[in-house]
Amino acid sequence: MRLRTNGRLVAKNRPVHFTFNGKRLQGYSGDTLASALLANDQLLVGRSFKYHRPRGLVAAGAEEPNALVELGRGDRQEPNARVTQVELFDGLAARSQNHWPSLEFDVGVINAKLSRFLPAGFYYKTFMQPQAFWKHVYEPIIRASAGLGRAPETGDDHTYEHFNVTVDVLVVGGGIAGLAAALAAGRAGARVLLVEQTSGWGGRAVVDRPSIEGISAQDWVNATLAELDAMPNVDVRLRCQGAGVFDHGYALAHERLTDHAPKQGGPRQRLWRIRAGRIVTATGAIERPLSFAYNDVPGVLLAAALRDYVVNFGVAVGERTVIVTNNDDAYRTAIALHDAGLDVPAVIDARTSAKGELPEQVRALGIKVLTNSGIASVDGGKRVTGVQVCAQDGEGTVTETIPCDCVAMSGGWSPVVHLWSHCGGKLVWDEPHAFFRPDADRPPLGADGEGFVIAVGTANGHLFTAEAIADGFSAGRKAAKVAGHTRKPGQAPMGDDVAEDALTPVWIMPAQAPYKLRSKMWLDYQNDVKVSDVQLAAQEGFQSVEHAKRYTTLGMATDQGKLSNINGLAVLSNALGEAIPRVGTTTFRPPYTPLPLAAITGVARDELFQPIRKTPVHAWHDAQGAEFEPVGQWRRPYAYPRGDETAHDAVTREVVNTRENVGLLDASTLGKLIVKGPDAGKFLDMMYTNMMSNLAVGKCRYGLMCSENGFLMDDGVVARMDDDTWLCHTTTGGADRILAHMEDWLQCEWWDWQVYVANVTEQYAQFAVVGPKARQLLQAIGGMALTKDDLPFMQWASGQIGGFDVRVFRISFSGELSYEIAVAAGQGAAFWDMLVKQGEAFGLMPYGTEALHVLRAEKGFIMIGDETDGTVIPQDLNLNWAISKKKDDFLGKRGQLRSHMVDPDRWKLVGLETVDGSVLADGAYAVAEGVNANGQRNTQGRVTSTYYSPTLKKGIAMGLVKHGPTRMGEVIAFTKEGGGFVDARIVDPVFYDKDGEKQNV
Amino acid sequence: MKRYSAFAIAREAFRQHSGWTRAWGQAEPKPRYDVIIVGAGGHGLATAYYLGKNFGITNVAVLEKGWLGGGNTGRNTTIIRSNYLQDPSAAIYEKARSLYEGLSQDLNYNVMFSPRGVMMLAQTQHEIRGYQRTVHANNLQGVTTEWISPARVKELCPIMNIDGPRYPVLGALWQARGGTARHDAVAWGYARACADMGMDIIQQCEVTGVTTEAGKVTGVNTTRGDIKCGKLGMVVAGHASVLAQKAGFQLPIESVALQALVSEPIKPCMDVVVMANTVHGYMSQSDKGEMVIGGGTDGYNNYTQRGSFHHIEETVRALVETFPIVGRLKMLRQWGGIVDVTGDRSPILSKTPVEGIFVNCGWGTGGFKAIPGSGWAMAELMAKGASPLTEEFSMNRFRHGKFIDESVAAGVAH
Ligand SMILES: Cc1cc2nc3c(=O)[nH]c(=O)nc-3n(C[C@H](O)[C@H](O)[C@H](O)COP(=O)(O)OP(=O)(O)OC[C@H]3O[C@@H](n4cnc5c(N)ncnc54)[C@H](O)[C@@H]3O)c2cc1C
Repeated sequence: MRLRTNGRLVAKNRPVHFTFNGKRLQGYSGDTLASALLANDQLLVGRSFKYHRPRGLVAAGAEEPNALVELGRGDRQEPNARVTQVELFDGLAARSQNHWPSLEFDVGVINAKLSRFLPAGFYYKTFMQPQAFWKHVYEPIIRASAGLGRAPETGDDHTYEHFNVTVDVLVVGGGIAGLAAALAAGRAGARVLLVEQTSGWGGRAVVDRPSIEGISAQDWVNATLAELDAMPNVDVRLRCQGAGVFDHGYALAHERLTDHAPKQGGPRQRLWRIRAGRIVTATGAIERPLSFAYNDVPGVLLAAALRDYVVNFGVAVGERTVIVTNNDDAYRTAIALHDAGLDVPAVIDARTSAKGELPEQVRALGIKVLTNSGIASVDGGKRVTGVQVCAQDGEGTVTETIPCDCVAMSGGWSPVVHLWSHCGGKLVWDEPHAFFRPDADRPPLGADGEGFVIAVGTANGHLFTAEAIADGFSAGRKAAKVAGHTRKPGQAPMGDDVAEDALTPVWIMPAQAPYKLRSKMWLDYQNDVKVSDVQLAAQEGFQSVEHAKRYTTLGMATDQGKLSNINGLAVLSNALGEAIPRVGTTTFRPPYTPLPLAAITGVARDELFQPIRKTPVHAWHDAQGAEFEPVGQWRRPYAYPRGDETAHDAVTREVVNTRENVGLLDASTLGKLIVKGPDAGKFLDMMYTNMMSNLAVGKCRYGLMCSENGFLMDDGVVARMDDDTWLCHTTTGGADRILAHMEDWLQCEWWDWQVYVANVTEQYAQFAVVGPKARQLLQAIGGMALTKDDLPFMQWASGQIGGFDVRVFRISFSGELSYEIAVAAGQGAAFWDMLVKQGEAFGLMPYGTEALHVLRAEKGFIMIGDETDGTVIPQDLNLNWAISKKKDDFLGKRGQLRSHMVDPDRWKLVGLETVDGSVLADGAYAVAEGVNANGQRNTQGRVTSTYYSPTLKKGIAMGLVKHGPTRMGEVIAFTKEGGGFVDARIVDPVFYDKDGEKQNV
Repeated sequence: MKRYSAFAIAREAFRQHSGWTRAWGQAEPKPRYDVIIVGAGGHGLATAYYLGKNFGITNVAVLEKGWLGGGNTGRNTTIIRSNYLQDPSAAIYEKARSLYEGLSQDLNYNVMFSPRGVMMLAQTQHEIRGYQRTVHANNLQGVTTEWISPARVKELCPIMNIDGPRYPVLGALWQARGGTARHDAVAWGYARACADMGMDIIQQCEVTGVTTEAGKVTGVNTTRGDIKCGKLGMVVAGHASVLAQKAGFQLPIESVALQALVSEPIKPCMDVVVMANTVHGYMSQSDKGEMVIGGGTDGYNNYTQRGSFHHIEETVRALVETFPIVGRLKMLRQWGGIVDVTGDRSPILSKTPVEGIFVNCGWGTGGFKAIPGSGWAMAELMAKGASPLTEEFSMNRFRHGKFIDESVAAGVAH
């Protein structure tokens, strides 16, 4: 119901239209969806998770557990939006969730009728027989009734962005404590970021209106903001929630940019990734509900929330509101409601007396105050119709029934300690206030061993204006000082409050409530956890607060227990007869409120998911219709199908053409690491199994690199550039990994060696010109001398080809005459084009990675990642020739001496040919007789590479076989895809040009 | 023990549930036990359970420094599969998976084992070859797995985008009888069954020292006094190396944070478990409706049970890429556990240099699925001194170089 008075945030001359479950409704600019729904008397907004009980709004802020709705449609549909945090805009369409067929009539409510059969943890005790029923019957039923919102059906078409900032002081919370902290830090000269989750500044103070510095809280807030706005070193943001605090002063803030104004362009939300010297948490406090029977009936709200709705939005929930409390603060609600012209039949106060200033003011207004009283039970189904009053210290005997349509409850306040706690800040139990507050002596520690989070204001347990504002100011000053900003910020602002009497902790109402009442006192509204559930958990031995939480699901709903945790914990402590601080809290985990995954993702979606690395000729490959395969972040052409060729046909053509004419491979992705310095030779002798220090300038050598455990991890050709420079080629996937590996050793073990490693992979384009006509082609183009004598096999030279400055390596991974030519990356495309153009006359065709694989397999060359898998040592691959016997040491040497590594039964590399010429399956195993101790079939080998060889016109394979090299000619059985076996003969792994005549011409 | 059943619930419903007794007792430590197990995680409790059930050894205490199941057992994303590559792994994980199938009935506690199927996506040629190899190996190991096409992937998991612009799905390794279970229930179910056999489960009891005599274990020092024992099983996951040090030997274990997160609950939209190792993320939907999401470990060692947000970002990006609809969901909670990682990423179930001390650790990022099998095998090892299932997992394998390396088949091993 909209009031004529009040409503500081809404513009009553600017109506806004929206729908709820299709019904057209009207609110005002400045409303939240929550206040607009209440203004339209739409109190019922959802259904609870387990019992499908009707749910109405309880709170006005981020702590709201009930009012979750679905917004938008199609690629903008959003489930589980919290209406208290949704700002109203024209055209907003909201739908309630978790009911069938409708919000008003939900058949799921049958669960509520059966609730006595569904106590905490009931599902652990049943649904066990028969075994197959869990998967096929019980689980599907449970799943169907689970979940809250509908799953979206498509992706999200909004954009999201990330900001990275470094600040001296991050202040979270724009209430008076946070403003004071920002003011002090800003005046001192520190770089400050102040964030506030709502759309307005001032927090509680602008609702409850204490005076600050002799002026109204609102005026003080306005003046402070004006001052902050004028400071170049201070940045302030509304709609920006401090979401999480992580180690080393890292914090996240989540800013909603256009949620409230969807027609405005730009990103929807922004994630701030913040490095802060100090984080000041001024996050306020959250009011606690009281546990009385049927406290979940729509119309029962937090007392301060009711005040917020009246003062901020000019909205009342009911006409007759009963207030129930254990503290003075809730009397403010009585006054606010009374001032707004609403009826307050009574304040029910659980304390034995209420003589504070506020209760006296309330009495003076003619409102009845009942002390030592509580609510025995709330009447009403989908809406409160009255309350039954009882003595707080009794068992719930009803003394009076008060008709009403709204109940405002207050069980005291709990500081919002989440951000303080995320990174390990500890709490103390504050007995007089009955809440946990940050323990200043045990803050989360930064790398310097100092606390890097400072809690201030109500979030630090200071419920009164004077303390809260002074606390904020002094923390801001202190935080700035840590960053070296010592300018004097002046005097802390003075605040002034009405004095309040102490509260009396009340965990259940009435204190001696029998089971009948306790089983209807809700702690967690969304998950339907009641006082009796927590007590049952304690009875069954779930004593740890974590056990009780998990057994009952208390605090596990989308509000993460902001309202329920402390109340539940107190019930548990009482049930166990332990003090509350001994039982302790559950862990506070980020994020403070649920954080959209799209915001976490930012722009890293679709094409931008990861960087795509492209060689200088990528565009050419693309234009040729190449089929690409991802190799790390690179895209490499797998093959270049022509016309209606399949990829397989293309590979065959490319292989044959390379063997017969000349092929061209874009090898630019191969890693190129420059290793330079006086100790470079010594270093490479450690990195490679073979000797690299004695490689002559101008020569190339194939090298193997092993892990410390002796396993082969990379291979490639090393070329000696000059006296103290080597160029190490790595596999495509290996460049970054091997660079890191080298740096690891240089930085951690041999930090005194003078070696410098640079990754120049992207500085050069490198192409392999391969095949019997390779030399003819290059000679036709013209340039440096490339005959067998000018540039013999396994040497390199620099010079010019076709006017390009090049470096030419005579190395071969195909068994053919081959020149690998490097040019500066910027000239790569032009050089490639020239090769293609001039190559036409020689039948040149580009070939892709698959042809590369086939060519190398025909030659019996190993491939890292195929023949190796992290368990293979060079000796397994008969590569003993590449392991230096002269060197004292190299990485892997010691590992290779271990007993299992020298075991004669290790599987070794051989060639394999099926007896019927078919292609062996990838990954096939060779079986042996019998089974092992665990009943698994014995094996004696496996396939590591397998291809159809266009050159030999049959399947060829390489594999590792027990005693393989000594079993040439033997036929063994391999598994087939889909079952069965196929016979294959053990042969020499070199299938083509066994003597290596072709590459060495 | 009062048996759990629908009838028991109905009976209690009419007397305000006053008849339910403690699921496990609140024991004071006795001066001596035949066997002490340190660590009341899934593996420790399962070890105790099978010591009693299979070998009749019931004078057993399980000592837990915090609350039972509060370590990684209560923090994990509950994927259960046995499609491992190497024989010793496949043997113990398949043993575990098959025990999971009847565990609710065996324990009289519903652990909600849900064999809904696990798929591991291949998104590079290299992964295709790796998973096809796994299928061949599994079929010889008696583990039923198959290689499925992209079309079948889409059919089993319609919310997946199999034609993403960066890493289209090329197929998957599919284990139809893999799935998930309720992690807390596994710990609680075993604890209740152990207590029922008369074992003591002692919480809030940290082992602070190990006492030996002539190279043989004699007992432990704890925060609740000294306790003697005949045999000692150390089953403490991320703290394995810390405890081993107290007994005077070293373990090749690194402790790192592994994180996970859940979304808010939504109506069911995903019936299978999907792991995508190229992009580094995996996801399933809990019975409550939350999307349960995990990724890789942090790159540095620590004991804090929380991790860096960068990893969360990486994981979330991977999931949004693979399942675009999840971009619309919100992260409800993130957390971390300290996982115990060995050099070859395989566990250690082994005798130790101290006679009478046995270790079970190194399950790293993927030991929830192993709990029943590991407990079964560890109990046999402790009772008989040897077990075919633990043979290859001895800590001596690091000395001999006889690693059991699974990283071959999976970058992420959950
Ligand atoms: C985020 C995350 C996701 C994961 N996802 C999966 C998954 O999907 N599938 C899968 O199979 N596995 C997964 N795992 C791994 C799995 O959780 C673990 O391998 C498994 O739970 C280990 O069980 P545990 O019993 O060995 O260890 P824990 O459950 O950690 O138990 C060890 C216990 O020892 C106690 N302890 C330690 N020191 C002492 C001492 N000195 N005295 C007394 N007690 C002590 C600890 O308090 C703890 O309770 C995941 C792990 C994490 C962290």
